[in-house]
Amino acid sequence: MSTAPTIPAINGKVTVGVPVDQAFRVFTDSFNTWWPPEYHIGQADIAEAILQPREGGRWYERGVDGSECDWGRVLAWEPPHRLVVTWQINGEWQYDPVPEHASEVEVRFTADGPDRTTVELEHRHLDRLVGGQAMREAIGGAGGWTSVLERYAAAVASEE
Amino acid sequence: MNAYGDAGLGLLGDPTRRAIFELLARRPCSVGELAQQLPISRPAVSQHLRVLKDGGLVVSRPEGTRRVYRLNPDGVGALRAYLDRIWDDALTAFQKAAEAAPVDPEQEQR
Repeated sequence: MSTAPTIPAINGKVTVGVPVDQAFRVFTDSFNTWWPPEYHIGQADIAEAILQPREGGRWYERGVDGSECDWGRVLAWEPPHRLVVTWQINGEWQYDPVPEHASEVEVRFTADGPDRTTVELEHRHLDRLVGGQAMREAIGGAGGWTSVLERYAAAVASEE
Repeated sequence: MNAYGDAGLGLLGDPTRRAIFELLARRPCSVGELAQQLPISRPAVSQHLRVLKDGGLVVSRPEGTRRVYRLNPDGVGALRAYLDRIWDDALTAFQKAAEAAPVDPEQEQR
């Protein structure tokens, strides 16, 4: 805590009109049904995004060609109130297995009433992702980052 | 507390600004080169670039007679803003899915 992180954490919040159990269940069991498919790291288009429902579980994508790409691991599995996963996608948009390079995503589910739940998300330790030169080089030149952005740009363009 | 996050969302929340950001992620470009690849005028490109530059996502430097724009080479602001955008889209999609799901959780259990 003595040194401020280089990159501030990202905070997001939504309120959903469903009970807390259901909010947690949709977020985890039904992860594949809502994760925007344009956000993936594999070469192949995404067939499925999977969050294994247990501590130590994998968080990964399966491509239409059957290939699998890890995103991270489940650090805390506390249904229906809390979920923590690592985000180990580095600046070249590849999975980085080194634990010291892992950022974390914490999701908290709070019941505001019988049919109302606030979901708060924090993506933190982003500075760990930029441990090396990879991020700078990936952003400045060609690389996995670029191919993701190209797909993303195509998706944006097709909307117009 | 969320001021920084809101700024990031605002910066890449505009589709044209996002397109400019993505083009610059591929390679540094001048205003003219960006305008050729986008359905907007050079002054409009310049205006978006100014916003991205003020937000710390983009830097520029003169090369000969023209000014070339690139993503901020420290990468920090750009990466964070992009992740911010991903989570904003993801949470919006989650909200829709949660509210569309059946109320009785048992019905959906395999």
